[in-house]
Amino acid sequence: MALRIDFTHSLRAYDAHVGLTVDSGETLALVGPSGAGKSTTLRVVAGLLRPDSGLVEVDDQTWLDTTRGIDLAPERRRVGYLFQEYALFPHLDVSSNVRFGAPRGSSVSELLDRFRIGALGRARVRELSGGERQRVALARALARRPATLLLDEPLSALDAHTRMEVRSELHELLRELGLPTVLVTHDFEDAAALADRIGVIVDGQVVQEGSAGELVGRPRNAFVASLTGASLLRGIARAGRDGLTEIVLDTGASAWSTDEAEGRVGVAVHAWEVSIAREAPDDSALNHLRGAIASVTPLGNRARIRVGELVAEVSAASVERLELREGDVVVASFKATAARLVPLA
Amino acid sequence: MTSVALAFLALPVVAIFAQVPPGELVSALGSDAAKDALIVTAKTNLVSMILILAFGTPAAYWIATRNTRLRDVVVTVVELPLVLPPAVAGIGLLAAFGRLGLLGGTIEALGIDIAFTQTAVVLAVTFVASPFYVRTAVAAFESVDPALPAAARTLGAGPGRVFARVALPLAAGGLGAGAALAFARGVGEFGATIMFAGSLQGRTQTLSLAVYEQFDLDFDVALAISALLVLVSGAVLLSVKLLTRWRFASTSPIPFAPTTPTSG
Repeated sequence: MALRIDFTHSLRAYDAHVGLTVDSGETLALVGPSGAGKSTTLRVVAGLLRPDSGLVEVDDQTWLDTTRGIDLAPERRRVGYLFQEYALFPHLDVSSNVRFGAPRGSSVSELLDRFRIGALGRARVRELSGGERQRVALARALARRPATLLLDEPLSALDAHTRMEVRSELHELLRELGLPTVLVTHDFEDAAALADRIGVIVDGQVVQEGSAGELVGRPRNAFVASLTGASLLRGIARAGRDGLTEIVLDTGASAWSTDEAEGRVGVAVHAWEVSIAREAPDDSALNHLRGAIASVTPLGNRARIRVGELVAEVSAASVERLELREGDVVVASFKATAARLVPLA
Repeated sequence: MTSVALAFLALPVVAIFAQVPPGELVSALGSDAAKDALIVTAKTNLVSMILILAFGTPAAYWIATRNTRLRDVVVTVVELPLVLPPAVAGIGLLAAFGRLGLLGGTIEALGIDIAFTQTAVVLAVTFVASPFYVRTAVAAFESVDPALPAAARTLGAGPGRVFARVALPLAAGGLGAGAALAFARGVGEFGATIMFAGSLQGRTQTLSLAVYEQFDLDFDVALAISALLVLVSGAVLLSVKLLTRWRFASTSPIPFAPTTPTSG
């Protein structure tokens, strides 16, 4: 089983052009800013939006082919669509919601039990918690026995403490179902946790596709780099000594990278690659940037320290040992191999 | 200032009940003129309401779910009778369905006689009251979260099932409020009816027309019918308030007051 999508559709500000293939049992996450065309892609697959031209195929079934004049109505496409705010029917109770999409005469009690909502069968939607709503919506989407699963921001309606739990449940479920799944999110961490492959979509184009590790390690441009959580320094690159590239940063300081580049670039550095010291240490790190601490954010036994444009993640113990406080002048260091050069958008 | 305004609005209503003792009001309603008017009003308004609901509901759903430029034109046409002077509505109906009107020949050829019959009353009431229903029904359908019909489609429901199982139940409160408003307007219809259907006791004389005629003949009967109409109006207003409150969490508030024809 596989899902194949390829369409062009003119949106207000730009033309969306998306071409993707998702294999059976694979979860593809579409990540990008709002209005980039993520939900548009899901709506095209479900048949809720007819694109200017394009193709949607699941296995050997064609749901949309504008060149052959094929365009199946949404009710004839076997999709399991999880809407952003779940779109549960407020006038129906939980079991009627789940039964809505089930084939006539089939029982949904197994599904209700599987999603631990059997006891809530008679409950109204407004009486449910966020996590329960999500489970009802998933059960309803699966009652249809879909050939593909479309998840639109499945975690955004949840509060922080249920989010983690629901995320791992969802991950397990996606693995069990083995359906080609497209997940839309603006959160890279959610995408990395749930998906096998991530497509970064900006202004209607997929700018990079790969595993979370690939996007973190080799971001194709500045947007992908900041999406993965990297800090971004800006400057002019030129060939330097020892085959390294020297980047004269906008702040006037120099940085070094093992990547090759010429002209105006962004330097992407991840927080866990950066260390903080009072004085420039005599170690293998080539890059030492001096600056005042803008903020110290404690996160359990770690802390995030912002120095200019750079964010460093260090242990809480070293924050205490170095007595780091806002306004202190420190040296932030990272290796040339940790400095990824990316074209600025 | 507020108390002056309130007193001004409340006084005529209170006066209707203050003029005659309640017992006499009830016996005055037993007069032939009042009984005939009550039957004519009930019959014609029942038929009108059925017509308004049967044609107005799909029309409102069509308007609410379509996003065409045509929509504004359609809405204006639907809302026009709201702001039309009743006398103009009466003339318009005569010009269209009267014996010498646009469709007069066709109707006569079919062997139907409209002028000065209860059919004419039904037409007048339907023409004047339907915009109240359609306008409110459009707002009710539009306030249904668009994700819900979309979700229903992805769950295998065709357009008909989406309408019956999702849109209709979710808009029910607003539809009820609109129906109540249209009913109140229909029962109170005067101008268009008297021009198009006349005021023949037992045939076309509705309660509102009877008030006008009895006001010369027997003031107590006029007062009694008026008191009845006040009670009906009050009940309608109350049910509109309850119906607009009775709606589901996912739908936004339904504005029940009709707006000017150019808006919405």
